[in-house]
Amino acid sequence: MPPVSPERLAPFAPAAHVVPRSAGRRLFDRLLARPSIGALLGVLSVGLFFALQAPELLSAGGVATILDIAAPLGIGGVAVALLLVAGQFDLSIGVVAVTTSLATALLVTEAGLGTWPALLLSLVVALLVGAVNGLLVVTTGLPSFLVTLATFLVLQGGSLALSAAIAGSSRVSGLAGAPGWESAVAVFGSTTQLGDGRFRISLLWWLVATALTTWLLWRTRFGNAVFGTGGAPRAARELGVPVRRTTVLLFLGTAAAGWLIGTLGLVRLGGVQVDPALGAEIEFIVVAVIGGCLLTGGYGSTVGASLGALVYAIAREGISLVGWDPRWFQAFLGLMLLVALLANGVVRRRLRAVPRS
Amino acid sequence: MSTVRGLDGAGGTAEGRTPPVLELRAVTVRFGSVPALSRVSLALRAGEVTCVLGENGSGKSSLVALVSGLLRPAEGELCLDGQPVRFRSPQQARSRGIATVWQDLAIAPLMSVWRNFFLGAEPTRGTWPFRRLDVGRAEEVAARAMARVGVTGLDPAQPASALQAGERQCLAIARALHFGARVLVVDEPTAPMTVAQRALVLQSVVAARDSGLAVLFVTHSPQHAHLVGDRFLLLGGGRVAGDLTREDVDVDDLTRLVAGGDELTRLGEQLRAAHPDR
Repeated sequence: MPPVSPERLAPFAPAAHVVPRSAGRRLFDRLLARPSIGALLGVLSVGLFFALQAPELLSAGGVATILDIAAPLGIGGVAVALLLVAGQFDLSIGVVAVTTSLATALLVTEAGLGTWPALLLSLVVALLVGAVNGLLVVTTGLPSFLVTLATFLVLQGGSLALSAAIAGSSRVSGLAGAPGWESAVAVFGSTTQLGDGRFRISLLWWLVATALTTWLLWRTRFGNAVFGTGGAPRAARELGVPVRRTTVLLFLGTAAAGWLIGTLGLVRLGGVQVDPALGAEIEFIVVAVIGGCLLTGGYGSTVGASLGALVYAIAREGISLVGWDPRWFQAFLGLMLLVALLANGVVRRRLRAVPRS
Repeated sequence: MSTVRGLDGAGGTAEGRTPPVLELRAVTVRFGSVPALSRVSLALRAGEVTCVLGENGSGKSSLVALVSGLLRPAEGELCLDGQPVRFRSPQQARSRGIATVWQDLAIAPLMSVWRNFFLGAEPTRGTWPFRRLDVGRAEEVAARAMARVGVTGLDPAQPASALQAGERQCLAIARALHFGARVLVVDEPTAPMTVAQRALVLQSVVAARDSGLAVLFVTHSPQHAHLVGDRFLLLGGGRVAGDLTREDVDVDDLTRLVAGGDELTRLGEQLRAAHPDR
C-alpha cells in the first residue's frame, strides 16, 4: 500500500515566489559584492589628493618609488588576504622574512654554501614555520592571532640572538661574492630604467603573486574551500570541505610569501639587518583589510589587498613629496584603516542580513 | 494497540523486500567515553522513508552525522549495498550517493548560490596545474536544480545571504537531491518554519522516495513523520527504543509514544527487559 496518497502532498510547485530585483539594484548588489571596490576607490581618491598637491607623484620616478614600496607589501598582503578569507591571522610573516633572509645570509657567509642551496634551505625553514603555525592552529583550535604572535616572538628573539652569537652583530653582509649570486640578483634584484624611474623586478613578483592568488581564490576548488572554511566553518565541515588541510596550506603560503619578501630585500641590500620591531606584520593585515577582507573571514579579495598596498604606498610617498612630517603617515594609515573597517562593516551587515520571510 | 517488533533491526524481517541500500549493524558512536549512539541497527531501503523520532539529546543528530560520513562508528559497521564501508569525510559519503539536508542547512551566507551548491564537490575542467572550476556548468546545474524544487528565475551568482529563508531551504534541498543518488538524509530544521517551508521539506522527502531513493527523515514532529513515513525509529538516550512500521501505529499512537517521554522510557525498559542482550 502506498503510505501517502499523492493528493495529500502536491508535487514541487513554484511555492517560493521570487520577487525579481530591479536592474539598478542588481548592479548595486554586484558592485558591493566585489570586495575590492572600496580599495579601488581608495587608490583613486588618495592618488588624486596627493597628485593635486605634488604632481611629481605621477612622474616615472614617483610611480617607480610607489611601486617599489608597494611590491613587498603587496606580496605579503595577498597571502595574508587569502588567510583572512579563511578566517585566520598571521602575525609572523614579517619576522619570517627577516629570519629566512638571515638564514640565507648565515648559510652563505658562515657555512660557505652557494646562494641557491642557501635560498632553498631557508625556504624549507620558512615552510617549517608555516607548518608549525598551521598545525598548531588546526589541532589546538587556539586563535591564530595568539599562535602566530608566539611564533613572532620566538623567531624575533631567536634571530637576534643567533645573529649576535654567530656573526657577532645584528647585521650580516658580504654575500655579493658567493657562487650563484649573480643569477640570484638576476631573478630577485634586477632593475629596468624607464625615464627617470628605476623599476625593480619585485614589481613582477608582486604581479605574479596577485594573479596567482586571485586565480586560486576565484577559479579553483581550493579557493572555494577557502571561502567555505572562513565563511561557514560548520557548513564546510558538514559538506566535507578539507578545512584543516586548507588552513595549513594557507599558513604555508604566508610563510613562503615571507621568504620571498625576505629574499627580495636580501638580494637588494646584499645583506640583512635584524631589526627588533613589531610593525611590518601589522601592515600586511592593514593592507588586506583596506583591500576589503573581513576580519571574521569568508569575504575578501587578493586584488583588493594589492590595491590596499598601493594606497599605502601612495600615501607614504605622497606625504614625503608634499613635504609633511613623515610621522603623519602612521596617523593617516590609521585613519584609512578606520574608514576601511567601517565600510567593511556596512558591507557585512548588508550581506549577512537574513531577509525575513 | 501498537505492537513493537523487530528489535533485531530490520534485517531479520525482510521477507520479500529489497535488500537495504544502507544498513547500520549494531553501531556505537562515542564522544570521548560518552556513547552518543549505542548498538543502533537500522536498514534503509530504496523507495522507503524511515523516520527517526526522539527528544533532544536522544542521538538523532549523531545518527545523521554518522550516516553522512561526519562521524565514524566506534563499534559496529555501516554497510552500503551489503558491503561494509568507512567514510573518511562527508565528501566520500556524498560521492557514494548519500546526501544530507543539514539541520542548519549548511549554507555559507557570503558565498554565491552556485558556490554553495557545489561546496566540497565542485565541477572542474582542465588538467592538474590548470584545473579550474567549471563556472558555466556549475551555474547552469545549480539553476536547473533550483528550478526543480520550484525556485525559478534565480541568479546563481548572487550571494546566498540575498535569498529569502524559504529559498535558502530550497537551496539546501536542491543540493541534497542533486548529490543524493541513493540515500537522502533530511534533518528537519528546528528553526521556526512557515507552512510553505514545512510542506517543502515533506515534498522533498516524498519526491526522493518516489524517485526510488532510500530516505532517512529526522524530525521532531510525529504528525510529519506519520504523513510521509513507512517506518519509524524511536530513539531514546542513544538507543533504539522502538522500530515500528506504518501498520503498527496510527498518528495518535505515534504522538503518544514520542510526546509522552514516560511512555517511551517505559517501553524502552520493557524492551530491554525482554531482550537483555541488547
